[in-house]
Amino acid sequence: MTGVYGLFSTPELAQEAVDGLRASGVPDHEITIQSSEPLEEYAFGSRDRDTLMPWIAVLGAAIGMATGYFLTSITQQAWPISTGGMPIVTNWSNLIIIFELTMLGAVFASVITLMFSARLPRRLPKFYDREISNGKILIGVADPKEIDRVEHALRESSGGVRKMELQR
Amino acid sequence: MTRRTSNSLTDDLLRPVLETSTKFYVTTALLALIVAAGFGTWFYQIYFGLGVTGDNWPVFWGLHETNFVFWIGISHAGTLISAILRIVNATWRRPVTRCAEVITAFALMIGALFPLIHLGRPWLAWWLIPYPSERLLWPNYRSPLVWDFFAINTYLLSSLLFLALPAIPDFALIRDRTTGWRNWFYGKLSLGWQGTPKQWHRLESAMHMMALAIIPIAISVHTIVSFDFSMAVVPMWHSTIFGPYFVVGAIFSGIAALNIVMAIVRKALHLEKYLQPIHFRNLGKLMLAMSLLWGYFVFNERLVTWYGNTPHEMAALWSTQMGRYSPLFWTMIVCNFVLPFPLLTIRKLRSITATVIASCGVVVGMWLERFLIIVPSLSYKGTPYSWGAYLPRWPEIVIFSSSFAAMALLYLLFSKFIPIISIWEMKVGEHPHIKVAAEVQEAEAAGELI
Repeated sequence: MTGVYGLFSTPELAQEAVDGLRASGVPDHEITIQSSEPLEEYAFGSRDRDTLMPWIAVLGAAIGMATGYFLTSITQQAWPISTGGMPIVTNWSNLIIIFELTMLGAVFASVITLMFSARLPRRLPKFYDREISNGKILIGVADPKEIDRVEHALRESSGGVRKMELQR
Repeated sequence: MTRRTSNSLTDDLLRPVLETSTKFYVTTALLALIVAAGFGTWFYQIYFGLGVTGDNWPVFWGLHETNFVFWIGISHAGTLISAILRIVNATWRRPVTRCAEVITAFALMIGALFPLIHLGRPWLAWWLIPYPSERLLWPNYRSPLVWDFFAINTYLLSSLLFLALPAIPDFALIRDRTTGWRNWFYGKLSLGWQGTPKQWHRLESAMHMMALAIIPIAISVHTIVSFDFSMAVVPMWHSTIFGPYFVVGAIFSGIAALNIVMAIVRKALHLEKYLQPIHFRNLGKLMLAMSLLWGYFVFNERLVTWYGNTPHEMAALWSTQMGRYSPLFWTMIVCNFVLPFPLLTIRKLRSITATVIASCGVVVGMWLERFLIIVPSLSYKGTPYSWGAYLPRWPEIVIFSSSFAAMALLYLLFSKFIPIISIWEMKVGEHPHIKVAAEVQEAEAAGELI
């Protein structure tokens, strides 16, 4: 299994390479793009934008809210403590705990969604080049069906193509 | 952004992480010594009991509680300001956010330590954690101290995540540029980050979601800290404005602390190119707005108390206006209002030095404010026969001083292991259209665009 890729100095060149790969018949999901900064103002950097994260955060908030409500009210009913003439289940003051756990639920849900959808943590895949940290943008295809066409498309934009043996 | 600019930015911001000078070791050792003295004093206090402090009838909350409220207030600088600036997409925020978020994380840790320090038997602190114990005692959810536990821990956890997530791409950058133990260490911290468009987008979405959640959390934290006081029927505490009053004071002191820290980081790590006058100018404007709001709340608090004219409240009020605590009160007014007002309003005076001087004044003034909220009210609680005074003793002063050394030490160590300015966010700021927007903002701030 061979990975073929090019390293590009500017986002414009990287966009050209992606366009070239698409034109040569490589589907979007097979094109690997890696950079040391987000490049969302370019078409290649703005793919995979659809996410359910806001809804999952709302769900997390709802779970947090329910946890807060049941934690406080069930505890107060199970171990009734009379405090300053207040009722046993004090919803006014419980709102504080419910609020904090609601927010915590939303925060945790966002982080868990990030971890799952961005596939973190993971081992650094072989298809990676340290040059990315020097500002280069990696555009490539792992295990292309037609290596020559991919190499040609990348060479047209970058002038340099690298190959990497990837483990199966 | 050209490759050369990108590399020079990365090199500049990674330099403090990858290069270590003798000054670093000397400073670390000195600060560690002071922190050790603080811990030693705490053990002394545990061994001999709280009687070694100045806490005594009727003032059982002295310097330790003042420090608790003070540090929790300082923590408001970071995550809250960073979250607001992130949501309004202020382009000038980029070099400031991480500097600020670090303050939140460490100030919260230090602040949360003070209630433990103030416990006679700190090893029983876990009784606050809600779980059914063998004695069938669960925490009383009506107690403001349990609210504190939930609020502070929620804010601490959220702030740590808010700080850690955007650091992942920077860890990956260090991983790729180092060998040996650093490569292994930052490799683990970077969690296998590659920088695919999907990862970048998910990271930014998560940061946005968290920013939205963190703003109300931050506001709730200091409101709940204010409830520690306002839920008690103690002169000048039982007030409906304490929530917003504390929040404003916290943001005020937080911005001041951020200005001081940024000025030190700028000089010590040679980051003059990145932490520019515009950052101090903009934070100075925010601080000025907070100074005015703070003055408004102080006026409200005191006018209503004076108008009510109840004897025990008047005793507490006059002790701060003309009595025993008046020198502290008037110093506070000078530090929080009289000093910053001209320094931050008169254009000719506005500079990094002036902003830092005003900020130092505000930090001192806000510490005094916390002291003046707690101590005079407790001194004049109840009937006159039980009135009394409070003077801190050396264990409290040593622990108080060492908390500042702890903050400096933690900050120093953090900046040694993690770039204090987010590298990838700075790179985004260098993108052509964002750079133009930043230049327009800077021109507006300088009054060059009308």
